Amino acid sequence: METLITAFFNLGILRETAPYLWAGFKMSALLTLVVVPLGIAGGLAVALIARTAFRPLRWLVVFYVDFFRAFPPLVLLMFIAFGLPFTGLDLPAFVSVALAFFLNTSSYYGEIFRAGIESIPRGQFEAARSTGLGAAQTMAYVIVPQATRNVIPDLISNTLEVVKLTSIASVVALPELLYAARQAQSITYNATPIIAAGIIYLVCLWPLVRLLSRFEHRQIALH
Amino acid sequence: MGKFAQTFLNWEVMAQYAPKILEGFWVTVQLALAVVIAGIATGLVLALARSFRVKALNLLIVAFVDVLRAVPPLVLIIILYFALPTVGVRMSGFVSTWLALSAILASFAEEIFWAGMLAVPHGQWEAARSTGLSFLQAMRFVVLPQAVRITIPPLTNRTIAITKGTALGAVVAVGEILYQAQSAYSFSYNPSPLTLGAVAYLILFIPVVWFGRWVETRFAWKR
Repeated sequence: METLITAFFNLGILRETAPYLWAGFKMSALLTLVVVPLGIAGGLAVALIARTAFRPLRWLVVFYVDFFRAFPPLVLLMFIAFGLPFTGLDLPAFVSVALAFFLNTSSYYGEIFRAGIESIPRGQFEAARSTGLGAAQTMAYVIVPQATRNVIPDLISNTLEVVKLTSIASVVALPELLYAARQAQSITYNATPIIAAGIIYLVCLWPLVRLLSRFEHRQIALH
Repeated sequence: MGKFAQTFLNWEVMAQYAPKILEGFWVTVQLALAVVIAGIATGLVLALARSFRVKALNLLIVAFVDVLRAVPPLVLIIILYFALPTVGVRMSGFVSTWLALSAILASFAEEIFWAGMLAVPHGQWEAARSTGLSFLQAMRFVVLPQAVRITIPPLTNRTIAITKGTALGAVVAVGEILYQAQSAYSFSYNPSPLTLGAVAYLILFIPVVWFGRWVETRFAWKR
C-alpha cells in the first residue's frame, strides 16, 4: 500500500508537476473548444450536401464519410503531421491536429445529422414549403432544429468520444494533458502525473457519461 | 505531380517495406479479433451478473463501466504500459493495448446488453417463468434472444470504433500496421510507408464500415 501511494498518488510529485498538468489541461480544453464546433459544423454541412439532387456530389459525400470513418484517427493524424511537410506545407502541430479531427469528426457528426434529418416525416417538408418557405428556409427553420433534437443523445455521445480522442494529439507532441503528464513522468521518474491525468479526465467527463447512460436507457425503454 | 508521386507513392520504398506492413497487418488483425472476443464476452458476463440485482456487485459494475467510458483509451494504455511497471507489474505493449481496449469494449457492451435486457418487457419474464422455465432458462431462451436483436446495431458500431483503436498500440511499440509504417517512415525518411499503412487500414476497415451500415439497415429501429 505504501509503495502504491508513493508510486501513483505521490502528493509531493503532484505539487511539483501541477503547473505542467494545468498548462496541459488548458491546451486540451482549447483543443476541445476548437475541434468540437468545427466538427459539428462540418457534420451538418456533410448531412446537408448528402441531400442535394446532384448525384455525383452525393456519392462524393458518401465516399468522404466512409473513407474517414474507416481511417483510425491516429493514422490520419500521423499522415497529416508527418506527410504534409513533404509537400512543403509545414503546419503547426495544433493546425495538423485540428485538420485531422475535422476530417474524422465531421464524418461521424455527418452520419448522426443524416439520421436525424431522415427521422423527420415528409409532411414537415411539405407543410413548410406550402406556407411559402424556401428550400433553405425549410431546412434552417423547420427540419434541422427538429432533427437535432431527435439525435441529441448521439451528438453528446460522439462529443464525449471526441473529447477523449484529443489525447492522441500527444503523439504529435502537442502539449495537451496527456503529453504534459508523460513529460512530467519522465522528468520525475514517477507515474503520479499520468494517474493524475487519468483522474482529471474521469472527473471532467464522468457527468457526461452519467447523462448518456440515462439517455440510452430511456431511448431503449421507449422502443 | 512527379515530385508528389516520388514523395508519397515512392515505388522502391514501398516495395522495400511492404513485407513489414503486411506483418503489421496480421498483428492488427490478431489484436482486433482478440479485443472483440474478450470485450464482448466480458460485457455479456457483466450484464448477466448485473441482472441478479445484487446491490454491491451492481455498484461495482457501474463504477467499472463509468470509469472506462470516461477515461481516453490512450491514457489507459499508457497507464498499463508506463505506470504499472513502477509497482512491479510488467506487460508487453500488445497485452496492455489488448487489455485496455477489451476493458473499454466490455464496458460499452455491458451497457448495451443491459439496456437491451431492460427493453424486453417484464411480461416476457413472467410468462417464461410461469411456463415452468427456470431463471437461467428464461434468460437463455426468452430474454437474451430478444435483447441481442435490439442491441446488435449499436454494438456493431461501437465494436468497429474500438477496434480502430488498435492503431493506438503503435504508441507502446506494438508491431501493428501504424507502428511498422511509422518506423519504416523514419528509416527511409519518406512518407510512402505511411501511405501504404493507410491503404492497409482502408483494406481492413472499409468492408467493416460497410458491414456496419448493412447491419444498421437490417436491424433498423422501428420508430
